[in-house]
Amino acid sequence: MAGQQQTAHDPFVIAGEEFGSRLIMGTGGAPSLDVIDAALAASGTALCTVAMRRLDPSTTGSILDVIDRRGVRVLPNTAGCRTAREAVRTAEVAREALETDWVKLEVVADERTLLPDPVELLDAAQTLVGLGFTVLPYTNDDPGLARRLQQAGCAAVMPLGSPIGTGLGIANPHNIELIVSEARGPVILDAGIGTASDAALAMELGCDGVLLASAVTRAQDPARMAAAMAAAVTAGRLARLAGRIPRRSHAQASSPIEGMAVL
Amino acid sequence: MTITLNGESCELDDDITLVAFIESRTGTTRGSAVVVDDEVVPRGSWPDYRLRDGQRVELITAVQGG
Repeated sequence: MAGQQQTAHDPFVIAGEEFGSRLIMGTGGAPSLDVIDAALAASGTALCTVAMRRLDPSTTGSILDVIDRRGVRVLPNTAGCRTAREAVRTAEVAREALETDWVKLEVVADERTLLPDPVELLDAAQTLVGLGFTVLPYTNDDPGLARRLQQAGCAAVMPLGSPIGTGLGIANPHNIELIVSEARGPVILDAGIGTASDAALAMELGCDGVLLASAVTRAQDPARMAAAMAAAVTAGRLARLAGRIPRRSHAQASSPIEGMAVL
Repeated sequence: MTITLNGESCELDDDITLVAFIESRTGTTRGSAVVVDDEVVPRGSWPDYRLRDGQRVELITAVQGG
């Protein structure tokens, strides 16, 4: 099929590593490990995030067992960090725990919006790049900040569509397009996805991948929504590569005008 | 000896290594890391690192997260 040929020659590469899916899954928000297991399988993802927290002795089972069994690469995040110092420490802990120098960098300004704190985020990114980390920052949909993060040596930039967990979709598609147009590396739409059309739009805007969690893990049927997201990311990517028609203000017939019969 | 584990007092055998300590709590070292007295202890040091009385230990592990 043409679609399969297209995707087969369209590798998704971050920091020299190739991934078989452009859908990155967050694992937060699922009611059980069985649910996340089914969602990961249905999503076809090759990369998924975890958070780092104090050991809870009452917990049974491990998210890592699920991730390892699925053969998915793990990407630790710095969720909950409010300062560059906290985020760097969390990345250092994650590196020892998971034996990876990759990190999804999150430094949020406040708990109500969970929007990134740009000053602390850039500070943390610069420090972590200097320490040898492969840094994937969750950032605002701000082209200037995205540029600075790439200049700092981040392996990708991950602008939000809208605040984490809101499902409001892509609030400012023009900014996402601007970030894409200037990008030196992968752009991954991270946060705000509510349903499959949001993920498709992200890809149509030129994003290289989509990272989402709540839209799947909190859906009524997480595995089915994961499959929908996978299809949407593929469809959006194909549409981007295919080149959409320009928008017009008036109709343009697709049937020939010449040769109309006199009836 | 007594250490502070994740903010709570905890009794341990004397001279326990970090590897033994982590495995006793989690069953594996996969996915866990420790911060002792504000220092992240490199994984390669765990077999030889022996906890001492009075130390503050944060035992951190991977959990579900976006």
